[in-house]
Amino acid sequence: MRNAGMSRYASRRFLFRPMILGIETSCDETAASVASNEGVVLSDIVRSQADHARYGGVVPELAGRRHIEVIDEVVREALSRARIEVEDLTGVAVTAGPGLVGALLVGLAYGKAVAYARKIPLVPVNHLDGHMSAAQLCPDPVTPPFVALIASGGHTNLYAVRAWESCELLGRTLDDAAGEAFDKAAKMLGLAYPGGPIIDRLARHGNSDRVKLPRPYPSREDLNFSFSGLKTSLLYHLRDLKAAGAAPVLEDVAAAFEKAIVTVLVEKTLAAAKRTGIRDVVVTGGVAANSLLRSLFKLCGPQAGVKVHIPSLHYCTDNAAMIAVAGARLARAGQSAGLDCEPRPGWSLGEA
Amino acid sequence: MSRHETTPPVSTTIHLRPVEEPSLETDSAAATQAVARILGDRCAGGEVIGLVGMLGSGKTCFVKGLAEGLGVASEKVSSPTFALIHEYEGRLPLCHVDLYRLNALDALHGLGLEEYTESGGITVIEWADKAPAVLPSHHLLIRFEPLEGDRRRLAFSPHGSRYELLVAELLARWAGHRMDPR
Repeated sequence: MRNAGMSRYASRRFLFRPMILGIETSCDETAASVASNEGVVLSDIVRSQADHARYGGVVPELAGRRHIEVIDEVVREALSRARIEVEDLTGVAVTAGPGLVGALLVGLAYGKAVAYARKIPLVPVNHLDGHMSAAQLCPDPVTPPFVALIASGGHTNLYAVRAWESCELLGRTLDDAAGEAFDKAAKMLGLAYPGGPIIDRLARHGNSDRVKLPRPYPSREDLNFSFSGLKTSLLYHLRDLKAAGAAPVLEDVAAAFEKAIVTVLVEKTLAAAKRTGIRDVVVTGGVAANSLLRSLFKLCGPQAGVKVHIPSLHYCTDNAAMIAVAGARLARAGQSAGLDCEPRPGWSLGEA
Repeated sequence: MSRHETTPPVSTTIHLRPVEEPSLETDSAAATQAVARILGDRCAGGEVIGLVGMLGSGKTCFVKGLAEGLGVASEKVSSPTFALIHEYEGRLPLCHVDLYRLNALDALHGLGLEEYTESGGITVIEWADKAPAVLPSHHLLIRFEPLEGDRRRLAFSPHGSRYELLVAELLARWAGHRMDPR
């Protein structure tokens, strides 16, 4: 034991280099990660708030309280997995928004305490910037310029990232987010929460041609998304079936619904690449876990002359490694904030 | 017990609907949005509006119209299901709340909704039936009932004379709007 401790100390001194602690508490996950200044991830801990499943969704006050209960443990685990001490940190990166204010506050307060105690810079990170920074965590790391699709339960945004400090919002959802649409469709079909993985599983055994649902295009010209009309179409479909005394074939409905969403996500993302002349595309966010989305991008990307990069599943969903990596980059650019910085629940990115 | 808690559930309103309940019908999402635009235009500040209806019945669409009436571009309005609260700056501040993901009542303390409902802005709450206690004693409750096709029935339950007036004005203007849509 003692030897192990000694060698750990020795290796730490020997390998000394700038280390950033990343903290993410914007919604359901409490996460902490340590990354080197160059963006190499040394540890990455995510604690999901299992209580939410019991309540059927996120409970804001509960979210804040659960973050408080586990954040210290999660950060300590991230430090110990990275085999460093808190004294070795040279910066703290924290998600400051967008997200639930009560949840953001916990991570931000913790980050401020570490920054104050260690007299190291505090770097507020935009959660969406974090998702884009997962581009650096792909098996084949991507640097700008690239087009980024972030599709999750709370966001469906298309960005042109021409340089890290200049990203432009090309399109976004006008109503429901893609992941939210999956969740709500699952609810309408009487399936469990979260709906995305369940619909994905059912859809593999279904025939999408047996159910007529419209393709959700708000407009062919712009790059915005709209999934609320699709939800209404599903409502009508189920209503008509009920009126006819029939039950929906869950597999077929799931396949049709999934195909409608995925097709428009892929088409608009590739259209964005074509329009901007950018040849690299990064797909991230929880919806990037969808198997049809992954295979359709892998198929259609090369046909459109575009290289599609999808980070591993872990880096697609909420995590702190992406925050640490984004924070390291921002810190290198000299960005930091005072201890009076506040959470920004509605923090937008790249909007004109 | 406040009045709206005793109103019958949506599925049985056709038979049990109180005769005096003001309502109107729309035949498209655009029409629902137009109704809401008129309401938004008439809001003077401090209004609290609860929206009740199943998935896909037109609640977020209604908020888009309400936002337009308050001078907020409707493209800015998206579903706050995930974020729980969206805020928009218009002629008056609009606070757009969605309780869809909420089940536990005590969770509302963390949302700080009182701060919004007691401010001078407009607060619109989707899935208000998930936590009726969040509504102040004076408020407007709107129930969305899908009829055949794209038609929707919007039933208004005003709680407080100010909201009774607002609904009467809305219905009059909607009748006028249908005769002569601009």
